[in-house]
Amino acid sequence: MNTVTLRIIFAVAYVVFAPVIGGLLDGLDRKISARMQGRKGPSILQPFYDMKKLLEKQFMSANKIQLLMIFTYLFFVILTGVLFFAGFDMLMCLFSLSTSEMFLVLASTSTHSPFSTQGTHRELMQMMAIEPMLLLTAVGFYLVNGTFMVSDIVACSTPTIAMAPGFFLGFAFILTVKFRKSPFDLSTAHHAHQEVVKGVTTEMVGIEYAATMLTEWYEMVFLLGITGLFFLTPNPLSVVVGIVAILVVFFIEILIDNSSARVKWQLMLRMVWGVTIVCGGLNLFILELINR
Amino acid sequence: MEKMVAALICLPFLWAIIPAVIHKSKVRRATVYVGGALVTVLSICTCVMWYRNGGEAIVFDLPYVEVFDKLILVGDFLLMGLVIYQCIKHKKTVISLLSIVQTLLVAWMELFGPEVTENYRLRFDWLTLIMVLIIGIIGVAIGIYAMGYMHGYHIHHHKELKDRRSFFMAMIFVFYGAMFGLVFSASLVWMYFFWEITSITSFLLIGYTRTQEAIDNSFKALWMNLLGGLGIAVAISYLIQVYGTTDLYDAIDIAVANPTYAALVPIALLAFAALTKSAQFPFSGWLLGAMVAPTPSSALLHSATMVKAGVYLLIRLALAMNGNYVGQMVYLVGGFTFLSASCLAIAQSDGKKVLAYSTISNLGLIVACAGAGYQETIWAAVFLVIFHAVSKSMLFQCVGAIENTTGSRDVEDMQGLANRYPKLAFILMVGIAGMFLAPFGMLISKWAALKAFVDAPSTLMVLFICFGSATTMFYWTKWFAKILGVSDKRDRDLTKPNEYVSMFFHAFLLIALCVGFPYLSRHIIEPLMMDMYGFSSPVISEGNIIIMVVMICAVFIVPMINYLITRHTVDKEVLAYMGGVNSGDNKNFNDAVGNPKELQVSNWYLEDYLGEKKLFTPSVIIGAFIIVVHLCVIIGGAL
Repeated sequence: MNTVTLRIIFAVAYVVFAPVIGGLLDGLDRKISARMQGRKGPSILQPFYDMKKLLEKQFMSANKIQLLMIFTYLFFVILTGVLFFAGFDMLMCLFSLSTSEMFLVLASTSTHSPFSTQGTHRELMQMMAIEPMLLLTAVGFYLVNGTFMVSDIVACSTPTIAMAPGFFLGFAFILTVKFRKSPFDLSTAHHAHQEVVKGVTTEMVGIEYAATMLTEWYEMVFLLGITGLFFLTPNPLSVVVGIVAILVVFFIEILIDNSSARVKWQLMLRMVWGVTIVCGGLNLFILELINR
Repeated sequence: MEKMVAALICLPFLWAIIPAVIHKSKVRRATVYVGGALVTVLSICTCVMWYRNGGEAIVFDLPYVEVFDKLILVGDFLLMGLVIYQCIKHKKTVISLLSIVQTLLVAWMELFGPEVTENYRLRFDWLTLIMVLIIGIIGVAIGIYAMGYMHGYHIHHHKELKDRRSFFMAMIFVFYGAMFGLVFSASLVWMYFFWEITSITSFLLIGYTRTQEAIDNSFKALWMNLLGGLGIAVAISYLIQVYGTTDLYDAIDIAVANPTYAALVPIALLAFAALTKSAQFPFSGWLLGAMVAPTPSSALLHSATMVKAGVYLLIRLALAMNGNYVGQMVYLVGGFTFLSASCLAIAQSDGKKVLAYSTISNLGLIVACAGAGYQETIWAAVFLVIFHAVSKSMLFQCVGAIENTTGSRDVEDMQGLANRYPKLAFILMVGIAGMFLAPFGMLISKWAALKAFVDAPSTLMVLFICFGSATTMFYWTKWFAKILGVSDKRDRDLTKPNEYVSMFFHAFLLIALCVGFPYLSRHIIEPLMMDMYGFSSPVISEGNIIIMVVMICAVFIVPMINYLITRHTVDKEVLAYMGGVNSGDNKNFNDAVGNPKELQVSNWYLEDYLGEKKLFTPSVIIGAFIIVVHLCVIIGGAL
């Protein structure tokens, strides 16, 4: 099988299976969270039932332009994942990801709703907080493997984590912000009783909210894909290691979510940028000293 | 060829006289159009001619070169006289000292200094070609826009100001001439002369309105730029004394062949001059002060000319800066400016001020790329120069037009611009997208710069770029979101047709550049690399070019397709959620006593954290610190 076919298979597999995996992980998240809180929790398939229900709802909207923006948001996140799983340039994936985020911001401000505007600005703040670490993660892969191409990174015989533990820690840290988990669930939360109501997604109804949920699943699979990439080598066993690592990271995210309270944006920015400089910056500096 | 270039440099200077003496509005407009068209046609013809001659770098002299030499010497003294007159008139005599010292220094060296090897004065290569096209096309488009804008400015908005449009248009033509001269000069004496003209013309343009604020800011611009001029003057005398040459390329060759401290001194001084011109910290103040001038002059100073002169010189010097202390000074100042100016931009709500800080920040990235002096970074720098010139010129014109129409240039007042003035909003959105969105110019340049600094290696620079791009995204996105918000119905658009001609031309050009960038890279930038480095490897891989093209198409086409898909979706119009206190529409709510009140949503500016009061002075100090330390090391090393 030549590389082009392989790339296409991976890309198609991502488009088809990412929602399934994302949905299942979301269900798992709710189940584990419930158990941590001493509840029984919904079925693991609950996110899919939610999705179905959302799609059947009547479409109500405060500004129709929002739907257009959300679809574009969805498109760019899928593009990001496709580029990544087809093995293209990692920086390109991240640029595409930040483009997609912009459409989310445009979608939620288009309604002039006070709650969603408030959520949007917090979302912007979250984006600004994590962007440096995202770019640094790509830089880390480049320093260790000498390439930004995902397909070449996979082909390197030592796992990236061996040389880039700092980048991994920094990346794992920003996942909390990216998944909008407590203590960094500033822009929206899974519970609508907070001071920003549902933040960015306040005005999203029916199909709009379904599309946003779908996008989040796609995004989650892409981000966990990067987590796994830290462990991948040509050795097939590394896939197992990667999956275990992903599950561990995911579990820790849930644990943090359930054991911490929301912080203010100032603290979030300071913490995230601090971790970025300490973990990412230090690892970068050391690698550059070694490479010199 | 020589005659064409002579015409290109002289025509704008001579044509400047025509609008200056004609005071009838309509006749003057016609002469400006004709003059502008001539400059554009001439610049394009010159470039095409050179391209068809094989695209080899050539050195040459103008016809009657001795006359020109004399003219330049006399011109230096005339400029000095003008500065002294202005300084005494406005009681800022100290500033004139800068001018006197440098003019006398250069003149003395030229007349009584050691014998200098005769060299050709001018040079034409790929970088010149790019700069000539930018000045001849973008610069002239700004001139066309200025005709419409200045009409509205004096007739509708600022009746209290004295109408000096003749002077304004004349100065714009002088600027074209000076910029053409500057990018052709190989002789530093010539370059110095044109450099001084741009400094003094920008001083006159900034002080156009003659209010106290304008005068103060214009003198700030004057002393900073004269300080840079002093750097060139000292570099010239040093080169004459030590190496017996006034040729820029000789100086570069000497420094490349034998990078001792002695050879680096003139390079460092020239780089210092370029940093003042391109408004890097600590010299950013003048560019911010330049905002008091009417918008066309801001557009001219910020995009196609003035600041580009600085980065042009740095790109020229790049070879001599690769891997030494001069390069380190330049890229650290650039990288630091990229980050700090973009932080400062977050706290601004005045549209023009956001643009000013973003100019400084972007120039910082270009300066950093030039300072690193690698093939990839020069590739990125040249691309940034082109994209930045087009987008920034367009954005300034658009904000100017918005101000003329709505009476405000505050970002907060642009709520829902897309509904009120769709055409203006379209231009604004294309411009903003050009500045930061993924598939456009910024992306490829950021990609190349990041890769180069990882290879360099420079941890600090990688961090500067990563954090800088995060803050850049923040201030552009919130502006972009504002434009698309909810608003009242359409209003009357007061923008003149000639303003629209210029703006839509820019939008078209920007999109064409994005789509045609692989072509641009292969046929213009790669030969330029070949010229400078003797080799040229493709900086960006085929795969990435394909991705980029996909993304460019996606950004335009996907929203359009989605529009078609969603257009017929049946929806039930509902009100936005306001905790149940809506008073009938999305713009009002019932307050505590039940009266309807207007709902205003505002962007975040983080004034307490990133405001000018908090960050500006520290940035100036850090910038000055980097420069002083490096200059001390270099000059101390040479002693």
